[in-house]
Parts: sequence; C-alpha cells; structure tokens
Amino acid sequence: MKADEPRTRKRDRTPKTYTRLTHPLVRDSRDEPFRRATWDEALDRAARGLRRARGAFGMFSCARATNEMNYVAQKFARVVMGTNNVDSCNRTCHAPSVAGLSAAFGSGGGTSSYEEIEHTDLIVMWGSNARFAHPIFFQHVLKGIHNGARMYAVDPRRTSTAEWAESWLGLNVGTDIPMAHAIGREIIHAGLANDAFIERATSGFEEYRALVEPWTLSLAEKVTGVPAPAIRELAHAYARAERAQLCWTLGITEHHNGTDNVRALINLSLLTGHVGRYGAGLQPLRGQNNVQGGGDMGAIPNRLPGFQDILQPETRLKFESAWDTVIQPHYGLNLTEMFEAMEEGTLKAVYCIGENPAQSEADSEQAVRRLEQLDFLVVQDIFLTRTAELADVVLPATAGWAETDGTTTNSERRVQRVRRALTPPGEAREDIDIICDLAARLGHDWKYADAEAVWNELRSVSPDHYGMTYERLEEHQGIQWPCPDTGRLEPTYLHGRLWETDPAKRGRRAPFGIVQHDPPVDLTDEEYPIRLTTGRRLDSYNTGVQSGGFASPLRRGEYVELCPEDAEAFGVVVGEEVRVSSRRGSVVAPVWVDPGLRPGLAFMTMHFPDEVDTNQLTIEANCPIAGTAEFKASAIRIEKLPVATYVR
Amino acid sequence: MTAIPLGVPRRLVGFTVDGQEARVPEGSTILDACRAAGKDVPTLCQGDTLTPKNACRVCVVEVEGARTLVPACSRKAEAGMEVRTDSERARHSRKVVLELLASSVDLSTTPKVAGWIKEYEAKPDRFGSDAARLDEEPKIDNELYVRDYDKCILCYKCVDACGDQWQNTFAISVAGRGFDARIAVEHDAPLTDSACVYCGNCIEVCPTGALSFKSEFDMRAAGTWDESAQEETTTVCAYCGVGCNLTLHVQDNEIVKVTSPHDNPVTHGNLCIKGRFGYQHVQNRD
Repeated sequence: MKADEPRTRKRDRTPKTYTRLTHPLVRDSRDEPFRRATWDEALDRAARGLRRARGAFGMFSCARATNEMNYVAQKFARVVMGTNNVDSCNRTCHAPSVAGLSAAFGSGGGTSSYEEIEHTDLIVMWGSNARFAHPIFFQHVLKGIHNGARMYAVDPRRTSTAEWAESWLGLNVGTDIPMAHAIGREIIHAGLANDAFIERATSGFEEYRALVEPWTLSLAEKVTGVPAPAIRELAHAYARAERAQLCWTLGITEHHNGTDNVRALINLSLLTGHVGRYGAGLQPLRGQNNVQGGGDMGAIPNRLPGFQDILQPETRLKFESAWDTVIQPHYGLNLTEMFEAMEEGTLKAVYCIGENPAQSEADSEQAVRRLEQLDFLVVQDIFLTRTAELADVVLPATAGWAETDGTTTNSERRVQRVRRALTPPGEAREDIDIICDLAARLGHDWKYADAEAVWNELRSVSPDHYGMTYERLEEHQGIQWPCPDTGRLEPTYLHGRLWETDPAKRGRRAPFGIVQHDPPVDLTDEEYPIRLTTGRRLDSYNTGVQSGGFASPLRRGEYVELCPEDAEAFGVVVGEEVRVSSRRGSVVAPVWVDPGLRPGLAFMTMHFPDEVDTNQLTIEANCPIAGTAEFKASAIRIEKLPVATYVR
Repeated sequence: MTAIPLGVPRRLVGFTVDGQEARVPEGSTILDACRAAGKDVPTLCQGDTLTPKNACRVCVVEVEGARTLVPACSRKAEAGMEVRTDSERARHSRKVVLELLASSVDLSTTPKVAGWIKEYEAKPDRFGSDAARLDEEPKIDNELYVRDYDKCILCYKCVDACGDQWQNTFAISVAGRGFDARIAVEHDAPLTDSACVYCGNCIEVCPTGALSFKSEFDMRAAGTWDESAQEETTTVCAYCGVGCNLTLHVQDNEIVKVTSPHDNPVTHGNLCIKGRFGYQHVQNRD
C-alpha cells in the first residue's frame, strides 16, 4: 500500500455461515465449552433450571415459527410457568403498529388486502422501502400504479421505492408526526375532511383539530425539511382520492415514540374516511414471516390467543377452563422490559426459541451483558447463534417453514399452510414436541397428535380463527382473519362497521390519537453531527443468519452509506474504511456513496453483525407503549482513519 | 375514480370445437376453451400469468372462414365460431413450426416437446446437420442463474416477466433485429453488470430451460438431475411478512429448485431473491 492511498483493504465477502445444530448441547458452567448430550439429559437439565426460576421466568417465542408453535409456547409460559412474560421479536419492529391500530380500532391487524392496492387511487408509502424489503407486496403496488394509482413516498432516503413515486417527500428522520399533523391541518383548512365520517365513526376530533392547528405548512417545512408545496400536494391528493392506501414499515415504528407515529398516520385515515372500505385502508408491512401470527396466537404479554385481552375477566375464565389453570390477571413483561428485569435481577431464567436478541437488540453489548447475568438460559434454535453461545442448554429444533407442518399469518392477515418438505438433520426435533416434553417434565402432560390438533384447540378458543379448518385453508390458498364461520368468508378489509348507518352496528368510535412531536432521543450535535438510520437490503435479512447461506451476486457486505456531499466533506472515497462512532460504541466500516441520501444522513444495515456490528451504535431508547427501540435514529460521527504507515 | 372491480357480468358464448358444442365466459380464449374441454393444444410462448405474445405459433388452430390460422392462446372465442384444432392444415403448420424450432434451437430441456415432435411427425433433421444454430456456450457469470441461449426460442416471456407485466426491473430486453434478434441484458453485458435483481421470475416462465437455476444446471451437467425422484411441497417463505407461497422441489432431502404456484393470490408465481434462493441455510447440515 502506498502511503498516500486511503486505507482500504480487500474484505472477505463470504459471510459467516452457520451449520445446523444436530444434537443437544449442555454445560455445567458458562466458562466451559459445550458438550454433546442426549435429549433426556438436556431436557432434564432444562426442566431443572426452569423449575427453580418459577416467578422469575421469561419466554422469547419465535416470530419465524408456526402459529401452532407460538400457541404452545405461550401456553407453556402461562400454564406451566404461570406467567404472562412471553414476547417475540415483534417488539423490535411492528409492536407499535399493533398497539396503535388496536387503540384506534380494537384490532391489531392491517386493515386491507394486497389485492385492494391494485384497485386503489392513491398509495402512500411512508417510512417503507417495500421495493427492497417486501418485493412481492410491491408488485401489487406496481399493478396499482399501472392501473392509474398515484404513489407518494415519504422517506428520509430516496429509495428504490421512491423511484416509482409521483413525489418523494424526503423528511428529516423522526419528523413524521409534524408531517402528519401538517397534512391533517391542511386537509381541515382546505375543507377536505370527511365530516360525515368524522361525526359518525370517530371521537376526539375537536381535540385533534386544536392539536394540529399550530402545524402550518411553513412550520412543517422548517421542521421536516420538506417544501411546503409538496406537503400540500400530498394532503390534497390523499384527501381527494376516492380511495387511498396508507402503508408503512419500520421507518414509522422503530422510534422511541413509534406508537405515537402510528397514531398520527391513523388520524389521517380517520380524517378522510380512508379506512373500512374496499381499496381504502391502512397497511403496516410486517417484517417476519409470522410476526402477525405470533401476536395473534397470544405470544405477547398482554393478549391471549385470538388477540383477546388478558384484563377481561370473562376471557380469562374461558381460557382458565379450557386449560385448567389460573391466568395471571395482569399484563406480563414485554421483551424490552424482560431485558431490563434481567439487569435488575428479577428475571432469572429465559427460554429463548428461535430468536437472536444478542445481535438483534439495539445496543447489542448491553443485551449480551444482560443475557450473561441470567441464572439459566435455554436456547432452542436451528443454529448455534450468538445468543445460543451464551446458553446453559441448547436444543436443536426444526426449521419452521420447511421441516414442520402448521400455519403462518402474513401481513394481510392471511393464514396459510406451512408444510414439511425436508427431513430435519441429526436429532433435531420439532419445537412443539420439545416444548411438550419439557411441559411433561414440569408436570403438564399435553398430548397433540400433530400440528392440526394444536390448531383445532386454538380454533376452539379463538372466535376469529374458528372458521379456518386445515381443509378450508388448503381450498382457499389461505384465509384472512376474522373468519368466525366455517361456511362463509368475511370481506377482505377490516372495520367496514364504521360505515354502518345503524349506530349499534357501527360499534365503538375510533378515537383520534392526540400525540405530540418528540424529536429523536439521540440528538445530533458538534460531536456527533450525522444522523444514522438503518434498514434492509434486497438480498439480505435481519442478522444474516438465514440470508448468509446463499451466494447472492448483489451482496457487497456492510458499508456505511453517505451522500456524495458528505463523502467529499470528510475526504473519503468508496471502499475506504472509516471509524463510525456513536455515544454508545464504535465500529470500523467501509464507505459507500449513495446519491439517494441527503447531507447529514447516513445509512447502515444490521445484516452483517459478525463483520460490522451496527447495533453497537444504535440507541436503546424505547417506545413507552410498545417497547420498540429507536433503531432508525442515532447520532454518529465519521472519522477518517490515519493513513497506514510502514516502519522498516 | 375507480369502481369496485367486480368485473363486468360475463355472458357465456357458445361455439364449436372440433364439432363439439363449447360454452365459455365471454373474453376467454380458444385455448381456455380447449383446455376446459380437455383437449391438448401445444403451447410454448403462452404463459398463464402473462399476456400472450403470439411468438411461437405452435398453438395455431383453424377457424372456419378465417383466411389464416389463428393462435389459440390469444384469439378470443366468439359466438358461432367453428374451431378445428386438429385439421390437416393446423397439424401441418405445427409440424413445420416444430421442425424450424427444433432444427435451430436445442429443445432437449423443453418439457413435452419430444412428444409433440412425434405426434406431428416433425423431422427437424431434414434441414441437414448444418442448419443455422447459435452455437454458443452457456453464460455462467454468477452463482444463481445460467443463460443458455442455444435453447432460446425468442418467446419474450422473460422480457415480459422482467418488464411491466410483473417485476418492473427491465433488465432483460431484445437486442438486434430480424435474424440477429436475441434476448440480452443491456449492452449484452454480464448479468452481474445489469439491473438484474435475481428474483428468478424469468426462469419461472422460461419454457425451454434457456434460463435455469445454477443448481439445476449443475445437476444436469453431473447427470444427477432426476425429476421423477423430486417431490414438490408448497409452503410459506421464511423471510419477510408478505407470506409468499413457495413450492420446494426436493430431491434426496435437498432443495434443488424453488417455484411458486401461478394461481396464488399473494405471489401470482413471482418471488424475490430471498424466497427463490435463500434456502441454503436449512441444509447446511455439516
């Protein structure tokens, strides 16, 4: 290397490949290496460890596994361990969508179907790069655009989704509420609000009107960085459309006030009546194959299967008699709170199925430290992940999507059959069998002949799923919930009740969310002047454990992406390694230049944590309602590394 | 402003196919009617998820009163039409089309074509062994796809699937004109220098195996590809929350190919790179 060349090095682009776990692993203490064990020994140890931790136990269920597995996992937590401390990685992504939608409408699912977006007039993609993150959903969007719909992209980055937009509104990270409020105010002032709908189906409008009144277009321009005429155009287009779809992804939810962001978007649909009709609705795009289903199955701390509220005595009674148990009459801890309880020492044992929080949580160093503090950790997974490396007992499981039978639920609430195509390796066993064996060792003898038996038990306690037999799921290529009747299919959209003329049928009014702007917690200043946001690339996925296994020609590893202006200002070029530091940690990553970014905005992914651990930089500032961390907004500094010099 | 797309109420049109009465909904093609009646009309360029391009001409049938033979895949059925799918003229035309295609293109991996050649008594060899062929090596420039243009019949299905009918990536198009026309990416560059996003939706529709998954290509080269030993199981993709249905083609407990049902309401037969190729992690068994 010549002395005046920027520091670049040839990086090994082969991602860390994980091989399947084929037999149980145990160890007596954390400083020992694992040794191979029989299933009996491993399960006995796991049972012993969990028995000791009754009252201080938490379950991480798996948003990647089937509905049936999630049903059994939450039943294990509630019946065997007597706790509602059960959650999954939905906490790190879309929990705010569920919380926001259920606060407004009483149900946590997206209100529309993919097909409807092909027949809508206006599509708003807000904080969503669906072209990369949800490519087949985006094909439905493209059909809609080809059918004449206009699409608006609201995103700090000019993404490949924005390339298809009528107009791109490149707002500053964390200014979604000012943008939404300014759109709401403009709609009201232009006389474009749907007064009849507001009066009949919503509550709290006067308060909302007062809330948004200060958010003039010019103030919004100042705060969001988007020109006032562009905001005005979107407001008018959305309000004037016969039907409009508002879609969002993690750009809305992965903030310390994610639920408030979701409420701010829902307000716009209430203001204009763009909900509860064919082609008009709200569509959060879920990030895991079964993150919708995991919540529906009750693998969350505040809901029982069928998204039924734990605080309702009659609901609890139903489950108590079905399961012959007593259900704690209060909410359990969510994933974020469980991690805090580990720190406080009130959560001593965790049963972690198919999750990798040691790499997926914000501020990953802190997450690892907290997991290490546990008295007992059982990890059930298909790989020895970073989280599994911290465990006392590791149980080899099957891959839900290819090695088990069952169902998963997608972003349009469609429950679809998953089927076993491969024989699992070695001694790996199905999640449900493992959980049932553990339950038996802890005094609960559950017998399920197969996944369908679990599903039928779920159907008996969840009215929304009652009509979905395996036979019907096969016949219809999946059925969307709610499906209370075995002889009928419901409309493809939710909340049609809001349009009923009879107030009794219309049901509970949908409240406007009275939410205030609150800028990102991790403020930029002279020391940390750059705003770092995170996201996904097309060919990679989450912490890369799955997507690292194939040879993608598109993969180029982890980079810190900068806009051309910033790259020039820092005097760095593509491929040059720089130090990226936040108030929590520091990593070295090569530079990539993306003209879709704006000055002061940088982008990274979490796909290659073994190469560049981006979550050392992110902040664990959590949404107080949903517990999701602010992955989308950290303050960082970019430093050019000293030029390599050689000493002879 | 759009209306709820209930579709126009469709009348049934009555006509005859090979002398038999047929009734199909208005707007159906002759091919739809033939398939509904259980008649086998050969097709190559027709795709169930694509708009017909009428490129290959193997599906031509005779319509009473029409001057030329008509492509069954795109001609709409009309009331009173008399269609003959197996007339001397239609059979002769198919025979010549098959002879021209089979003499200039390698159809060794085209499903069903061997049976048609036999049925229509086509003799591709009659043009001699020096009939014009492309004669070039398969293009292997990445680990996921192989492009073997010796097998390409220029049906344009990949162009449509990559273009505005589904993927909207526009990486594939036609280069050259007339006899020089060929399917290529921009500037005939390697795939890795193109706009390709490796969704594999072009391979899903390719009728001849000109485009194939490298896994299949390698196994064919090694002589281990055995469709009779493969089991197809439809499940749901393990990546994002869209819920695409995947059909896993499994041979000896290894996934060797991934497709998607064409009538699936989520995918309509399309997938992305992760769903199509991101399965290797489950079979990293040692």
